[in-house]
Amino acid sequence: MLILRFLIAISKSQNLKIIFMLLKRRGFFQAGSLATASFLLPKFLKAFERPSVIPPGNKVLVVLQLSGGNDGLNTVIPVHNDIYYRSRPRLGIEKTGAALITDEVGLHPALTGLKGLYDDGSLGILNSVGYPNPDRSHFRSMDIWQTASDSKEFLQTGWLGRYLDARCSGCEKPTQALEIDDVVSLALKGEQIKGIALKDPRRLYEASHEGYIRELSAQHASLRSGGGERPVDYLYKTMAETISGADYIYDQSRLRPSSASYPNTELGKNLHTIASLIFSDINTQVYYLSLGSFDTHVNQAAQQQRLFKELNDALGSFVSDLKANHRFEDTLLLTFSEFGRRVAQNASGGTDHGTANNMFLVSGGLKQKGLINGLPDLNDLSEGDLKYRVDFKDIYATVLNKWLGADDKTILGRQSSYLDFI
Amino acid sequence: MPITNQLKNQHLLWRAGFGPMAEDLEDLSTGRQKDFVNALWKASSGKISSIEVADNAFKGLSMGVGEAVAMQRRELSPEQKKELRKQSQKDIKSLNLAWLNEMVSSDAQLREKMALFWHGHFASRNLNIFYQQLLLDTIRRNALGNFGDLLREVSRSAAMINFLNNNQNKKDHPNENFAREVMELFTMGRGNYTEQDVKEGARAFTGWGADLNGEFQFRKGQHDDGQKTFLGRTGRFDGDEVLNILLEQKQTARFITKKLYRYLVNEEIDEARVDWLAGRFFQGNYEIKGLLQDIFDSEWFYEPRNIGSRIKSPVDLLVGIRRLLPMKLENEQVQLVLQRLLGQLLFYPPNVAGWPGGSAWIDSSTLMFRLRIPGLIYGSGTFSQRPKDDDDQMMGMKDREEMKAAGGEDRGERLATRSGERSAAAKGEGLTGRGGRGGQMIRANIDWSLYLKRFEKLPREQLLTAISGVTLQAQADLNEGLLKKYADSRSREDFIKTATIRLMSTPEYQLC
Repeated sequence: MLILRFLIAISKSQNLKIIFMLLKRRGFFQAGSLATASFLLPKFLKAFERPSVIPPGNKVLVVLQLSGGNDGLNTVIPVHNDIYYRSRPRLGIEKTGAALITDEVGLHPALTGLKGLYDDGSLGILNSVGYPNPDRSHFRSMDIWQTASDSKEFLQTGWLGRYLDARCSGCEKPTQALEIDDVVSLALKGEQIKGIALKDPRRLYEASHEGYIRELSAQHASLRSGGGERPVDYLYKTMAETISGADYIYDQSRLRPSSASYPNTELGKNLHTIASLIFSDINTQVYYLSLGSFDTHVNQAAQQQRLFKELNDALGSFVSDLKANHRFEDTLLLTFSEFGRRVAQNASGGTDHGTANNMFLVSGGLKQKGLINGLPDLNDLSEGDLKYRVDFKDIYATVLNKWLGADDKTILGRQSSYLDFI
Repeated sequence: MPITNQLKNQHLLWRAGFGPMAEDLEDLSTGRQKDFVNALWKASSGKISSIEVADNAFKGLSMGVGEAVAMQRRELSPEQKKELRKQSQKDIKSLNLAWLNEMVSSDAQLREKMALFWHGHFASRNLNIFYQQLLLDTIRRNALGNFGDLLREVSRSAAMINFLNNNQNKKDHPNENFAREVMELFTMGRGNYTEQDVKEGARAFTGWGADLNGEFQFRKGQHDDGQKTFLGRTGRFDGDEVLNILLEQKQTARFITKKLYRYLVNEEIDEARVDWLAGRFFQGNYEIKGLLQDIFDSEWFYEPRNIGSRIKSPVDLLVGIRRLLPMKLENEQVQLVLQRLLGQLLFYPPNVAGWPGGSAWIDSSTLMFRLRIPGLIYGSGTFSQRPKDDDDQMMGMKDREEMKAAGGEDRGERLATRSGERSAAAKGEGLTGRGGRGGQMIRANIDWSLYLKRFEKLPREQLLTAISGVTLQAQADLNEGLLKKYADSRSREDFIKTATIRLMSTPEYQLC
């Protein structure tokens, strides 16, 4: 096995010194138990040809939250719909300007890269996604999306947090879900286990490397090897996991860092960080990040254009990077927003809070591509708002079950209808 | 750790308030709990003054225009509306800081502590400063009064009526939001009523509204006067009667008592004790004072398992530090950033269920940041974490006002002058912070005089035990060698200061 890894490393690297550095690293030989466990001979031969050492099958989910309520109708545009243009005399996007994917449907003009993905068969679009009795407040609706609750219940844990609970009790490293941010979202908070947030692996490492903090943690560990049940033990456990997680993430981030160039935007940097981790042997299966604010009550056109350009460019670099490193088939990126916006424009060149919305799925491993379901029916509105046709919890269930191989019934507490996009 | 008299007194001060003040330190070891309890009641029984921050410009806009009969928001120009919203948000920040100052410096600790409890219990997000200010006033006035009165007043408040859509609750189009939450979150808790009760309850509250000045309005024409069956009783109930029926349920007393027990005593419920307390709360007609007396006058409140067992909320933590170490903050707004980063921004509860509390306060980011805060207050270190955006507040604008305000222009200069005062140990390891690039500072000037006085007669070898005695409520396994290594021992004063800051930068200090 050692030789095997060695050969792979040679095939990847031009510099012997780097190989020896890698060989010295214990982390390299551990190579993620995931990677080694599923290593079979044919895959070895395949892997040998490939620059990546991660064998196929190690699925990664990237959730991109479009905060603020993205206007779905100007994202996936019904370019032949009179109601759309009548409702939006000022904001409606003309067919000629849109990035057409079919004769009937165009993407927002800034999303040319996503059109490329569509042509390529790596973009899926789900329309009319929502939930019953939609809430129009940002925080409440975001709560509902992040916790996967009904609109009448208040859950204190997130859907990905409960995935961690179900999957990772007893996991060696608490890094199965990472958020690229300074603060952990409710989505990643489980009852027992919570995801780790970091803006940058080096910064997290430095922050947790402060001598006093390390020594406090080490001292507690030496006195309480059994862990302990007191509230203070819970705090020390979180501290120890943060420190070990920070070390592990930092080591991994330097293992096979992405050398591709990304736009110098926040989303660009964050996706770059994620790419480097995806190429490493880290055990992370879920990455979470957000872009915003899409709350376009006023002067929507300029704001959505700016945010979509950031999205389009960063996503373009990310996909090329994943493809070049043969990880695109095993990576699924999905976007969501807490709600869509009203069909009619308002008087300030913007749109107000609405209901159902579309989601993008980006992956080299989609089974259904392009427009997975029909565009929203603008003849059938509920008080000027789109009606939802797909419950977002069914999408979560599909991803949990078919992509991450998890028990969605326990995690979501409901029997879901799976979709077929993966 | 032995349960000393001092520890018990501090336990009381942390649970019935926001911890000891620097000037309390002298009496902590000798005073009796009974005397501290009496002092708390006395200080909290005086007349309260409202916290009013709403700016005159706001008043001019909403009140002045209102005198014209056709006072409706929609008649304001878009610019006026925008101005109003901006002013309102600014004022809510002022209200936050003003209340925080009250928690720090008011002697009425018990009242403010209970007001914080009710603020989380009757959680309401509202962008209107008047509504928020009125609701806070209701809560602070009734914090130690009668729960029934509090419930009735909150139910009629413009903040709650708007937040829970009761203005839209009309005879032929009932909106169930308020009726549902009043049962699920304010009185009985889930599982004690049916969906039919929610529907019938909603009918009783039809016509309850509030006008733009925050006054309760009963809109008779919108009220459903018909017969309702609610929790097994039948009659032509209105909202007040439904609230009375809810108060007649023993479950309401139990639900409130249980939640309060978790807030004041222990996250782990002792069922027998909660039953006993709830029974007396119910018999005593929901007098909050009686319930609190039952808790604070008991022996079991001071049992070891209850001491140091609670994770401080972010507000407990920040207020507690400011009480023990009186300080002047050059920029008070930085406290808003700290609240957001730690997950508890006053007046912006995550939802109507309030802040979940307990271990939900702690994740890798919040814990590591909590451990840094005392050092940031003491030194001139910077932090670069940014809280998440709140779209409800920002209405699409990325608003970094308080962030901008907190970043220092004179940072470099300050760093240079102050770092000269520190020992190598303190400098090298975080107390003065590292990486001054692009971060923010807390910029506090601590007045150490009262605090230092407490320790002046102690021999040096007793200092650490004494400092740990006033800062930590949880049993600590900290070894002295470690603290000595990271404290600045050039002078006695430096040692006391830095050891205090180090002890506050521990997991133990997160507990009270």
